[in-house]
Amino acid sequence: MEALAVQALAGLASASSLFLVASGLTVIFGVSRIVNFAHGSLYMLGAYLAWTFVSHGPLAELGGFWGFWGGVLLAALCVGALGAALEMTVLRRIYHAPELFQLLATFALVLIVQDVALLLWGADDKFGPRAPLLRGAVEILGLRFPRYELFLIAVGPVVLGLLWLLFHRTRFGILLRAATQDREMVSALGVDQRLLFTAVFFLGAALAGLGGALQLPREAVTLHMDMAIIVEAFVVVVIGGLGSLPGAFLAALLIGELHAFGILVFPRITLVLVFLVMAVVLVLRPHGLLGAPPGAPPASEQAPPLPRPLPRGLRLATLGALAALLLAAPFLGDYPLILLADFAVFILFAASLHLIMGPGGMASFGHAAYFGAGAYAAGLLLRHLAAPMEMGLLLAPFAAGLVGLLFGWFCVRLSGVYAAMLTLAFAQIAWSVAFQWVEVTGGDNGLLGIWPSDWARGKLAFFYLSAALCGLGVWLLRRAIHAPFGLALRAQRDSALRAEAIGIDAFRIRWLAFAYAAAFAGLAGALFAFGKGSVFPTYLAIPRSVDALLMVLLGGVQTVSGPILGAIAYAGLQEQLARVTELWRLLLGLVILALVLFFPRGLAGALAQWGEKRA
Amino acid sequence: MSTPLLEAEGLIKAWGGVRAVDGVSFALAPGEMLALIGPNGAGKSTCFNMLNGQIRPDAGRVRLGGRDITGLPPRAVWRLGVGRTFQVTATFGSMSVRENVRAALLSHHRRLLGLWRPAARLHTAEAEALLDRVGMLAQADRPCAVLAYGDLKRLELAMALAHSPRLLLMDEPTAGMAPAERGALMQQTAAIAREAGIAVLFTEHDMDVVFGHADRVLVLERGRLIAAGAPEEVRADPRVRQVYLGGGRF
Repeated sequence: MEALAVQALAGLASASSLFLVASGLTVIFGVSRIVNFAHGSLYMLGAYLAWTFVSHGPLAELGGFWGFWGGVLLAALCVGALGAALEMTVLRRIYHAPELFQLLATFALVLIVQDVALLLWGADDKFGPRAPLLRGAVEILGLRFPRYELFLIAVGPVVLGLLWLLFHRTRFGILLRAATQDREMVSALGVDQRLLFTAVFFLGAALAGLGGALQLPREAVTLHMDMAIIVEAFVVVVIGGLGSLPGAFLAALLIGELHAFGILVFPRITLVLVFLVMAVVLVLRPHGLLGAPPGAPPASEQAPPLPRPLPRGLRLATLGALAALLLAAPFLGDYPLILLADFAVFILFAASLHLIMGPGGMASFGHAAYFGAGAYAAGLLLRHLAAPMEMGLLLAPFAAGLVGLLFGWFCVRLSGVYAAMLTLAFAQIAWSVAFQWVEVTGGDNGLLGIWPSDWARGKLAFFYLSAALCGLGVWLLRRAIHAPFGLALRAQRDSALRAEAIGIDAFRIRWLAFAYAAAFAGLAGALFAFGKGSVFPTYLAIPRSVDALLMVLLGGVQTVSGPILGAIAYAGLQEQLARVTELWRLLLGLVILALVLFFPRGLAGALAQWGEKRA
Repeated sequence: MSTPLLEAEGLIKAWGGVRAVDGVSFALAPGEMLALIGPNGAGKSTCFNMLNGQIRPDAGRVRLGGRDITGLPPRAVWRLGVGRTFQVTATFGSMSVRENVRAALLSHHRRLLGLWRPAARLHTAEAEALLDRVGMLAQADRPCAVLAYGDLKRLELAMALAHSPRLLLMDEPTAGMAPAERGALMQQTAAIAREAGIAVLFTEHDMDVVFGHADRVLVLERGRLIAAGAPEEVRADPRVRQVYLGGGRF
């Protein structure tokens, strides 16, 4: 009994930390409608900066109470200033961009901060000092409990209270709430919105920085803090309801306690549990526990343009290049062949996601789930049933398609950010299963020795196999887009009202499209597994989903050829950058930012525009 | 009167305590043109949206050809032969005019799950015949995002005709159009409807349109029907005059 009580207290302490980060995220979203992927990076920077201030320079010399707490506060303020600076330089330009572009831009910031942190602080973990006045433990019900944790438990409600006062008792807060409801009205009343938005980013970033800085006495500061916290913070914000502070607090408590007790009750599925709770909440309450349905989309939103074929010249050039490549393949070395086979896989992976995002108008932040499902299906068939590669490649699309049917049934009911988050949650569930079900999947060690059949074992043969299957897949997807199914998919995206009024069952169309896309992602995943000879949980992980998203968005969502160009550009860029510099994340991030800011229609869109201008 | 095509019986819908529609009952004969009029906020659109299943009534029934369709989703009502146009046009912005109609035809023929044959080769002649009927054939290739408002209304009409409906529900068919255009569009609609024997139920603010085309007129005020009958009777009804020409309301 006592142990349970202490466990509950530990849950409250982590809930507080989670709330600090999630509150910033939700405040920023509420006002600017931007889902800030880089929020975890700000948290990490808060921790690193606090470490620097506390252990180096004048504050460290001062030492004692002010040395520590001064450092923590200074770190939070610095991160806040950085958030404001980011808002002024980058985010301000993309307020009117589609949601996924905003995610992309903030993800670019994640990459940049990763490398900057590596440059500034190195790869070693950093350990901070204990907090003055809060060292040691107190005795609670006969068990020792760290004082610092007790302090953290209090921080959450105090911050919630202060934020409440700010939002309800100050002019600034009232303006913020007004801007949350109706941006245009507020600016029509003569309020300088820009200042308001910058201030909100300062506030949100400072909260993230504070959250990070307060971790200093608890855990080591590492370069992995950003991704670990951002996923949890997303979960909290989505469960609570985007933009709702009390919701975020409630959800943080829920998740904190879930972690604390999940470890005791279901140690094997703690990771799955969090995302399962999120999925259940979103299915029962699509806008989170305390969230309101989003208002009508801003009036500036235009109807998507007609999908247009690439200019004729460019199309011929592409086909010519493809033919030349197939002919030249026998004269290429092993390394280029491996690379080209990977490209083929990525093209199919991106094209499958494009079906959902482009014609379907749905957002998926967890497409890797189906890529991984195909890979694991092929790998498990080979490992446990000794099924040959051919069988694996044949069954993988069906396995992934079934997973798509299952997950899609939940996901396609939602739209926008909520749909993106639910797909993310399901992908994380799939990842957790692969990671924790060690007997079957090999856990973190993955499945090894997943090699192709003898005839396809050579690099050249495997390249041709990949090119053929991926070509077939892309072709089938393109046919679907131009077939009645594709028309129906676009119909429900363009006008749900009209689609319903002419007898189109939007749910069924979206659901089937989701599963169809998942099947092709599964084929890509199975090919990838045989190409690498192994399957790892990373195949299902967030970075892989983001890869697919980046490829589609780089290429341009509203062009049929976009995903192909995007896959080549993205995979090529990553590969080249990784070869020439250690700092490839930094460069990739900068390139993505440049693309989002200057080519919002993607590469294919930009090319088509360029072609039209010349024509 | 034989079996009515559409029957509303005691429809009630409240929005947060206010009864927008408060016990509306009426019947519509096959091939009849019936206008539903009333001042702003009288409950016309709410009433309308209950008929095709977009809103579920709190009480009351809707019957189509004697069959109870209360609570069916709009797509099911459509399958039973009820076409619909909207007050603010709803079309597929990323498609050409022809593709819009084609989508409706593909849905009618239950071919929307086709993954193989290009849609561009399906039902082209049928789509063009429909566009011809509403006078939009010349614009078949234009993206519907660039159409003039009146043309969008015509496109909606063509889409609503795609499944040879028995009944057309038109919510303010001429809203947002220039006066000259209004007459032309209603003339066209009426001609098509009479030719094909389609019944039309429409709401309208323009009294010229109402009295020029309706066989019968229903007048709604504060959620209740206050008059029903031939245009001349309704025009002479003192209560209707009271509602439209002023009373204690303002």
